[in-house]
Amino acid sequence: MSLSLFLVQLVNGVEYGLLLFLVASGLTLVFGVLGVLNFAHGSFYMLGAYLAWWVSARSGSLLLAIAVGVPAMVLIGLLVERLAIARLYSRDHLSQVLLTYGLVLLFNELQSVLFGNDVHGVNTPEALSFTVRLGEQTWPAWRAFTSLACICIAVTMRQIVLGTRFGMRVRAGASNPEMVEALGIDVRRLFATLFSAGTALAGLAGMLAAPLTTVYPGMGESVLILSFVVVVIGGIGSIKGAFFGALLVGLADTFGKVLLPGFASAMVYAVMAAVLLWRPRGLLGAAAEGR
Amino acid sequence: MTLSRRALLGAAACTSLLPRRLFAAGAAKLRIGLLLPYSGTYAALGHNITDAMKLAATEHGGKLGGREVEWVAVDDESDPAKAPANVNKLIAGEKVDILTGPVHSGVAMAMMQIVRQEEVLTVVTNAGAQAVTGTLCAPHVFRTSFSNWQTSYPCADVLLKAGQKKAVLMFWNYSFGQESMAAFKEGYAKGGGTIVKEIAVPFPSTEFQANLSEIASLKPDAVFVFFAGAGAAKFVKDYAAAGLKENIPLYGSGFLTEGVLGVQGAAAEGIKTTLHYADGLDNAANKKFRAAFKKATGRDADVYAVAGYDTVNVLAQALDKVKGDTGARKELIAALESARLDSPRGPFRFSKAHNPIQDVYLRQVKGGQEAVLGVALKDAEDPAAGCKMGK
Amino acid sequence: MRRQALLLAAAAALAAVAFSGDRFWLQFLGKAMIGCILAIGLDLLVGFTGMVSLAHSAFFGLAAYALALLTNRLGLVNPLVTLPACIAFAAAAALVIGWLSLRATGVYFIMVTLAFTQMLYYLFNDSPALGGSDGLYVQARPVDSRVAAYVVIWLALIAVYLVLSRVLRAPYGRVLEGIRGNEQRMRSLGYPTRRYKLVAFVIAGATAGVAGYLDATLYGFVNPAQLGWRQSGLILVTVLLGGKGTLYGPAFGALLLAFIEHYGEKVTEHWNALIAALVIAVVLFLPRGLAGLLQGRPRG
Repeated sequence: MSLSLFLVQLVNGVEYGLLLFLVASGLTLVFGVLGVLNFAHGSFYMLGAYLAWWVSARSGSLLLAIAVGVPAMVLIGLLVERLAIARLYSRDHLSQVLLTYGLVLLFNELQSVLFGNDVHGVNTPEALSFTVRLGEQTWPAWRAFTSLACICIAVTMRQIVLGTRFGMRVRAGASNPEMVEALGIDVRRLFATLFSAGTALAGLAGMLAAPLTTVYPGMGESVLILSFVVVVIGGIGSIKGAFFGALLVGLADTFGKVLLPGFASAMVYAVMAAVLLWRPRGLLGAAAEGR
Repeated sequence: MTLSRRALLGAAACTSLLPRRLFAAGAAKLRIGLLLPYSGTYAALGHNITDAMKLAATEHGGKLGGREVEWVAVDDESDPAKAPANVNKLIAGEKVDILTGPVHSGVAMAMMQIVRQEEVLTVVTNAGAQAVTGTLCAPHVFRTSFSNWQTSYPCADVLLKAGQKKAVLMFWNYSFGQESMAAFKEGYAKGGGTIVKEIAVPFPSTEFQANLSEIASLKPDAVFVFFAGAGAAKFVKDYAAAGLKENIPLYGSGFLTEGVLGVQGAAAEGIKTTLHYADGLDNAANKKFRAAFKKATGRDADVYAVAGYDTVNVLAQALDKVKGDTGARKELIAALESARLDSPRGPFRFSKAHNPIQDVYLRQVKGGQEAVLGVALKDAEDPAAGCKMGK
Repeated sequence: MRRQALLLAAAAALAAVAFSGDRFWLQFLGKAMIGCILAIGLDLLVGFTGMVSLAHSAFFGLAAYALALLTNRLGLVNPLVTLPACIAFAAAAALVIGWLSLRATGVYFIMVTLAFTQMLYYLFNDSPALGGSDGLYVQARPVDSRVAAYVVIWLALIAVYLVLSRVLRAPYGRVLEGIRGNEQRMRSLGYPTRRYKLVAFVIAGATAGVAGYLDATLYGFVNPAQLGWRQSGLILVTVLLGGKGTLYGPAFGALLLAFIEHYGEKVTEHWNALIAALVIAVVLFLPRGLAGLLQGRPRG
């Protein structure tokens, strides 16, 4: 592989990883703090993409769709949390897997009924529809924008979690919800906020990715499995872990496709299995296994 | 409580053990089974095929061979794991007279296994796997759609004529993609073309960036691909976004653009594909069909709908000849074999292996529509490798 | 002994179908009973040991593919040879995957089983030599007649249920339940819990292998879609529906799901939503499943 091709693949891998991080970050928060295994996370990604298509097709602007879509996803997240997820906080893993699996089936039907089964395209905003030269290759500006957005969100998340009182409550709630409640902090409201944040993040990822992936039934599935892989590799509950895990997965997948095409699909899972065998809690996972 | 529920189910089970003949009276309805996807990624195809079949039946007054048509549909979800059970549901449970479908070739393979054993009259309305009219061919199995070979072989000539002798292949690595590439290579090698690289993408992955970067560095004369549906939509967009469209012409079988032109937009402009149908085909049958389909469903017809439409029309011809007697198996098969249609796709008849003999057209995307540039291969007949019928 | 009467009645009803000769019901109930075998095996893990595994379908698929390959490539058809071989293969795979997966605990364990399932799925899906996504035919089935296949499946179901009941009534079963309740305590009492869990995992894998063998025999067709986390998820659903930790409950759960899938489609085009609603309702309001209805009060 020539140097320029290698560099381009590096960029491809990082870009893919950043988008995965956006999806996985919501999952790791929900999983790490709320302790809920949410298989419906991919459905939120899909819902975001469909919303992006629906609004931008009618308004002509993807950015407007995102501006409208993100709050919509927050509301959806709140609704789902109150109605379904809240009942899972004290339940076992099997119940969580199955309830959220049922939600996936439900969301798929909803998508089919509300939006139909056709494939849809989403256009990038005029201002960002140019391409950038990278040696022999060209890179669409929208991908660069998406990557930048992911990095900004990552930095913002880190700031919030480490630097604000809310972030402190999040971290406290993760290690000891009973104590936090005893201290007078409304854990229920904290959890609801976190879940809807996670939902919004997944939805936002879907909206950003929609012009790239097109919008079609079942688009959340592959993303879901990959985000679980990322979360587990990085360590459940660790945003930093999710970040590095996502980059690792993005790069492994990209280079796997080019260097070991026959093995490419299994590559990511092999990496996850290998990481877990080396570090059973993930790269940056919590030492104590509470759940 | 659970006991009585079980008893209820048991009782329900027993009622369907009673022979159907007890309830039939006069000319029994013609039960046509539809093994198609009505949910998931391929649902649009399932609905188009079904609606076109119903349209054709309506045009025949709802009767084929004098018998009223009764549709029995099962959602196969394009899931090969559930296929044997679904086929069983239609053949043994619902006892359909004729089985039609499916879309997915994995489901088709499961279906062929059972259908050949039970000798049920079957018309394959989409799946293009070579084996169906090849190694697995059977007198009671017909196909009205296409074989993978037919949609890709003619494209090789198109590249060769344009002087593009070095090509890169990129495809989804399952039977549809593999057979398409094999057919293309067959034609391409004959004319002296060389394949620079074959890029197999795991099915149904749609992450193409890494491979597109590879193509850019290989700098071939042209790229021939196989993708369909959402994957094709994304691929064409990615191809253009990677800046490859201007420098390296992109070709494929028609599935690259079928149904997704709207999504692909400007990225698809100028792409040449070969297929046995095009929306803009200029013949009377096509114009009539498209208008009728639009009126009946509010949607535009496509290559998938055409197969459904032709299926019922060809069955109508054959059943009329045997006066609706599906029991007269040999006569019915002979009638099907001799059927001739003025299909929306052009002249249609069956080969000895029961695959369509049809014209394959060269199309190019112009102004967001498929323009027909001409016939890429006239009377294309699938080589039917491994089929022993009629030889 | 309501439970005994119920089980005997169900077994008798299923046996009676063998005499009907009805093509549809023989295949439909044959498939449903295979689902029962899968459910029972998974209940050993989920209900009795407290291990949620997403790899169950992988062992099912491995045994099915093993039969296809043994028959097609090596010409081995005799069930006395192929059945033990396929079960041994599934058990061996379970030993390896179990040993690796059990290095993780809790949800990480679930994820590792998921990883292995997906890797195996892609192995079969992406290899043209193994049939690829179109699958393989089993060119000569061990049991050819429809009725014989049905009877064999029925016998296998009874056998698996009886064997597993026996295992669970023995001291080994008590240890497993202890592990489910509090693994740390069991370890402090001196039990090598990982070894016990591994044995359970292998037993479950072997039963999934039996189911896979029977499925390939029934239909003569194997396909990668039979592996993968979605199929494992469905088996978990049957365990939940029937009531985990009862062994017979999940079997009824499998039967119920089979009937719902069959009749649901006749009721509405959106039958998937029906199943979704059922799953959600059972998780929220009927956590002990069908068996819970039968028992009336919580188990100890």
